[in-house]
Amino acid sequence: MAQVIAEGVCVDFPLYHGSARSLKRTVVAAASGGRISKDAQKRIVVQGLRDVSFTLSPGERLGLIGSNGAGKTTLLRTLAGIYEPVRGCVRIEGTLNALLDPNLGMNPDLTGRENIALRGLFAGLDRASIRRVEEDVITFAGLSEFIHLPLRTYSSGMIVRLGFALATAIHPEILLMDEWFLAGDAQFIGKAQARLELLVRNAEILVLSSHEHKVIKEWCTRALWLDRGRVMKEGAPEEVIAAYLDSIEEQRAEWKKEEDREKGDEKRPAPVAERVS
Amino acid sequence: MSDFTLERSAAPAGHEADLRRQESARRVLELRAGLGFRGRHRLAVTDLVETAGLWRLALALAWLDVKGRYRGSMLGPFWLTLSTAVMVGSLGVLYSTLFKTVLREYLPFLALSLVLWNFLQTLVSEACLAFTQNDSIIRAVRMPFLLYGARLVIRNLIVLAHNIVVIFVVFAIFDTWPGRYGLIAIPGFMLWVVDSLALAMSLGAICARFRDIPPIVNSVMQIAFFLSPIIWRPDLITHGARFLPLNPLFSLFEVVRGPLLNQVPGETIWAAALGYSFLILLLSWLLFVRVRGRIAFWV
Repeated sequence: MAQVIAEGVCVDFPLYHGSARSLKRTVVAAASGGRISKDAQKRIVVQGLRDVSFTLSPGERLGLIGSNGAGKTTLLRTLAGIYEPVRGCVRIEGTLNALLDPNLGMNPDLTGRENIALRGLFAGLDRASIRRVEEDVITFAGLSEFIHLPLRTYSSGMIVRLGFALATAIHPEILLMDEWFLAGDAQFIGKAQARLELLVRNAEILVLSSHEHKVIKEWCTRALWLDRGRVMKEGAPEEVIAAYLDSIEEQRAEWKKEEDREKGDEKRPAPVAERVS
Repeated sequence: MSDFTLERSAAPAGHEADLRRQESARRVLELRAGLGFRGRHRLAVTDLVETAGLWRLALALAWLDVKGRYRGSMLGPFWLTLSTAVMVGSLGVLYSTLFKTVLREYLPFLALSLVLWNFLQTLVSEACLAFTQNDSIIRAVRMPFLLYGARLVIRNLIVLAHNIVVIFVVFAIFDTWPGRYGLIAIPGFMLWVVDSLALAMSLGAICARFRDIPPIVNSVMQIAFFLSPIIWRPDLITHGARFLPLNPLFSLFEVVRGPLLNQVPGETIWAAALGYSFLILLLSWLLFVRVRGRIAFWV
């Protein structure tokens, strides 16, 4: 039975920029007790996730909401096992497919067919399964003759179709999905939606990150609101989304107030200090 | 448009079940922070086992790398063979005159040395990019990290296989085919393959963390080229020949080159080659156990 457990997960991103990336400076700094090049020791750490905990059982569909940079993609990558937590624990039971990068491992010099085979190998499929995926993808993406040509001859729409068809060809028990999946060209989207819905239906657990609150309300049984890596609220999608929207309103109102105050300050004559003295 | 939906919903249930079974190799994944050495070691071993299970992918990626690099060129990777041949021919004539040796003795030695050196040098300089080059894959899907090392080593073995032609031609011209002792070169070369993987993994990790390493590595390699018996024969050294085994490259070259030149390497050379290999393997394994979980943050 599939299960996803996150226990107090923390993820930090060390920002190695400039001098922290340099061995010479690190050595000099160490040899001089940090006097010569202090900045090599100063490792700026960006907090990606802070103490995130939840458990997902079969049938649960979790929607992640929050502004850009709130940690949604980081959480998906952590659940996919790409980033290993700095504190806490992630436990995944069941087969997993993470739809994070539409062009995963695609090589523009290879033909469509070769790219399909390559992706099949990435997923650990055997020859027979790869052939099945190949048929499925070719039918769905409607590439017909182009499947024998290198990817660099494709239009951008064709590449999107191929990437989407490939990513959704393998049905996992646990599906992680980033928001780009819901974008696509209009002609393609109806067809894509049906395929995506089937994929979601077949998955026991779904974790979806999206800005489209409508999609979260429709597809998810739970929602998680992230802000700067922290869980702000977790619960039924309607409630969490309402709380999130409220906070945005509040923030806007605050900004407005601040703006007004600043404007007001400008209009009002500066408090005269002399009067007091 | 609608035919797709029909087709999919009518698809036999066995299809998905089949795909699921394929993927069931890693059913439980637990990543806990703050693991001690044993926990990290276990994850590193899992990485190794998973890589072994993905050998077809490593092979395909390596093969596509070679194909991609030479796509559109008429000779393909045989361009490298040609350039190696020209280098062996010109250096051979020059140095056999300078060293006052017979071409028939010197050229087979030089051909072997240069082909092996080309392999080593390309491997080392590409090892610095082992992970940084694969950053988009690393950030998109969890794959065992040894896969990237294997891809690199196999790619270079394929190129080496093209260069071997030069050695064969030299052997044929001078009729200096190795006897049955030549087979001893096979275990020697196995050492090379294992060491290459270890080197690829550790250099790849170090260079992902510290971006100023590659130029240092390249200059070290250049010095090593002149200090090691690669274009000069080790028997040219009369005084202090016993210090030669201190150079890891000497013993490692000798265990492959010697048997093919009908000089079976002695015990000291074998001991040194095995010792250095063990050291390289041990150090890079310890490093891998230590940093495996951090590589994704570094690339």
